[in-house]
Amino acid sequence: MSCDWSVKLDRYVDDELSAGELTEFQEHLAGCAACAAGALSRLQLKRMTQAAGQRFRPPVDLRKKIEKSISERSGPSWFRRWVPALAVAAAAVLMMVSAAIWLRYARGEQTVGELADLHVATLASTNPVDVVSTDRHTVKPWFQGKLPFTFNLPELQDSPFKLIGGSVAYFQQSPGAHLLFELRKHRISVFIFQNRGGAGWPNPGLSSPSDLTFSSETWTNGGLRYFVIGDCNRSDLDNLRKLFESAAGH
Amino acid sequence: MFTSLYNLAHWLTQNPQEAEDLLQETYLKALKGFGSFQPGTNFRSWIYRILRNTFLTSRSGLNAKMTEPLDWEEGSSMPIEADTPETLLLARADRQLVQDALERLPVPFREVILLCDMEEMGYQEIAESLGIPIGTVMSRLSRARKTLRELIAVELRRTAK
Repeated sequence: MSCDWSVKLDRYVDDELSAGELTEFQEHLAGCAACAAGALSRLQLKRMTQAAGQRFRPPVDLRKKIEKSISERSGPSWFRRWVPALAVAAAAVLMMVSAAIWLRYARGEQTVGELADLHVATLASTNPVDVVSTDRHTVKPWFQGKLPFTFNLPELQDSPFKLIGGSVAYFQQSPGAHLLFELRKHRISVFIFQNRGGAGWPNPGLSSPSDLTFSSETWTNGGLRYFVIGDCNRSDLDNLRKLFESAAGH
Repeated sequence: MFTSLYNLAHWLTQNPQEAEDLLQETYLKALKGFGSFQPGTNFRSWIYRILRNTFLTSRSGLNAKMTEPLDWEEGSSMPIEADTPETLLLARADRQLVQDALERLPVPFREVILLCDMEEMGYQEIAESLGIPIGTVMSRLSRARKTLRELIAVELRRTAK
């Protein structure tokens, strides 16, 4: 990779760029295919490592075993001696529970951010879609055998949206559909994945995170999780959402 | 926290019994040294640092190679696959393959990746946990990821044969 900006890629995927650097870098990503591809592969690796790292669980009796060992080694005087420390420890645990709740929300935001990165990487690509067609009856069958689920595409004839095509996307090690639409000069990505309800998914209806310049919307329907991301108005995304919902029979 | 510490202990020791012993020793030391914990500072970094220091003085820690390998310096990497975009290559890797690659990483690389990507620690928090400057965190992380990508690519090529 020859681009001078590539040194910032790790800090970008780790969310360690300052607000100013992030804005500059996102603008750069939109025009640099090499960095967009670099960002995508790093995000992919990060997600894979995150999932693969959660591997070992303690035996069910280990906690009790450790508690017993501590009390045996410390004796009764230990309890009296460490009561103040335990109070602080309890406070620390409470703080961590709060942090876990915050983390769940932050992960939701991070998910939207990562999908926005996929969207940007697609726009920067010379081949943004693998099946190029405005016809939903061509695009939908293309996904047969590539995804472990199926979905309906809306009829767009009387709408301002135009289907450009689609490709298979991978997110958190799961395959999904990535559909690209055009509205006036704006490009909009729709991602469809199986809804696993994990901690990493944002709450349905989550609006644009404050540090993203994109609008986004997410909802679930029929066991599937939909994400719409684009740089157009939220009302436009709402309209696209309604089209998808009516196509799904709701 | 308990589950997370056990998971990290297991990744470090690569042995369930040693992971249990390490966790037990960590909790004992943490309670004994609780006075050194300053409320308002990062509790997670503090306890991970105890876990890591305990590991370093354990038998498996002493056997583990804790220095960063010089032969994985920038510029000495193997090409991944000339004709396959990296994103497509990574998409072929499954969880088991990534876990195998993580196991083969030298401990300093493995722990920095796990703290950043799995524990979602920021660079500052990692620096505090490992007791190293933040600049070292960034360079080590970059080299660790590069090595991990290379190990995945090698493994994919091996299984494709």
